[in-house]
Amino acid sequence: MKMETTVAEITHLRKSFGNNHVLNDINLKINQGENLVVLGKSGSGKSVLIKCLVGLIEPDGGEVFLFGENIAGLEETKLNILRKKVGFLFQSAALYDSMSVRENLEFPLRDLKSKSKEETGALVIEALRNVGLENAIDKMPSELSGGMRKRVGLARTLILKPEIILYDEPTTGLDPITSREISQLILDMQKKYNTASIIITHDIECARITANRMLIIKDGIVLAEGTYKEISESKDEWVRSFFN
Amino acid sequence: MPEDLKVSNKVIMEKVSKPYEIPFVNGLKGFFEEVTQLTRFTFHFFKELVKPRYEFSEFVRQAYLIGYKSFPLVAITGLILGLVMTIQSRPTLAEFGAVSWLPAMVSVSIVRELGPTIFALIFAGKVGSGIGAELASMKVTEQIDAMEVSGMNPYKYIVVTRVLATTLMLPLLVIVGDAISLYGAYIAVNLKGDVSFNLFFLQVFKSLDFSDVFPAFIKTFFFGFAIGVISCFKGYNSTNGTEGVGVSANSSVVLGSLSVFIIDMIAVQITSMLYS
Repeated sequence: MKMETTVAEITHLRKSFGNNHVLNDINLKINQGENLVVLGKSGSGKSVLIKCLVGLIEPDGGEVFLFGENIAGLEETKLNILRKKVGFLFQSAALYDSMSVRENLEFPLRDLKSKSKEETGALVIEALRNVGLENAIDKMPSELSGGMRKRVGLARTLILKPEIILYDEPTTGLDPITSREISQLILDMQKKYNTASIIITHDIECARITANRMLIIKDGIVLAEGTYKEISESKDEWVRSFFN
Repeated sequence: MPEDLKVSNKVIMEKVSKPYEIPFVNGLKGFFEEVTQLTRFTFHFFKELVKPRYEFSEFVRQAYLIGYKSFPLVAITGLILGLVMTIQSRPTLAEFGAVSWLPAMVSVSIVRELGPTIFALIFAGKVGSGIGAELASMKVTEQIDAMEVSGMNPYKYIVVTRVLATTLMLPLLVIVGDAISLYGAYIAVNLKGDVSFNLFFLQVFKSLDFSDVFPAFIKTFFFGFAIGVISCFKGYNSTNGTEGVGVSANSSVVLGSLSVFIIDMIAVQITSMLYS
């Protein structure tokens, strides 16, 4: 029987911004090699959830465990070591404007002193090949289309071979064809590197392609959990409304 | 008691019981909060400055962008400053028959006060707004978060290198700017007279002593540091999306320029105490 390793866990997570209680009591667990899709309306705290997971936002309550370590109160050096095992694809791809695609991809590798220039170059090429953009290596981010930016962002995320990848609305703002390509790419990366992924989205097609398991968030709590099929056949009308 | 009167009484009572909601008190509270955050931000700079890893190549890039790219603006302003200052001063000195004092007067004014202050203000406008807007847009587009999430230290890479570059580049720009201003003064003197280059600069250097040059040079480091820290602070802590980018750029220039005047006032007091 295959052993399931939990790579990240969140328990009783709470987060408010002023009087806006975004997350009330969120619990989730993700295993190695699993794609977990988090679905919810805009402003339901999905992005806040994954930002809490990497310590970008400090939660008001609850605990966040990354690879078994509680990240609360973890000193910066230790947190940064854990962060190197986590990839984060931002909604806007967050490419560094002042750097070329090559420099963007080299940036996360700067701390790896063991890598020579040739090895770094080979890693950059491999990451870009994974997303089908090796020809864009010397382009600046401003020269790339929305889909290409997302792909380069994904390549930059993959370059450190993370064990978990957090996707913040990876298909938002893209046309249906490019959205499908990105969703397929997420699936390919899962198969190739056996990474765990949390995919924040409200794109049902993306969820259908990528999800092993799904969570629906409403009013700061997990309203429903299950496979794509189970969720799409939910008795809750609000949950079903996502699929209509 | 009528219902609406009850409501307005309630509002008044709430105001009285919560004095911090009065606009002036609120503004004062906000001001002190900002000063505290800025102080923390500055201390954080010194902490990160001495801690490895050192981002030398990024520092050199910033020094090039901040220093070298500001040179043409400083050069043009410097030349005009020297020309205008001399042309405007000449009639007044002529009334007292003291036109021969023109090189001495202009050089002391420029080197002691006008040069450092004017070049620092131009620097605050050009570089301060640039840094404020750049960092704010990096914040809005989540580039700073992306650096943090990849296990890098964005403060060290973005803030330390820029503040260091502004601190070290402004004094160099002021030296060059002062020299060009004095050259502008030499041209202006020769518009209505005939003074040789050697004689002009002999008089300039004769009139300047250590107490004129050294404090003026030292204060430019503080000007550069203040402009760098303030603009980085404003950009790094930008809020409210794209609207915040404009606000950060604007407040970087306003506060950066204000800090130049405040530091200058303090520097003048200290200098006059030391050399009186």
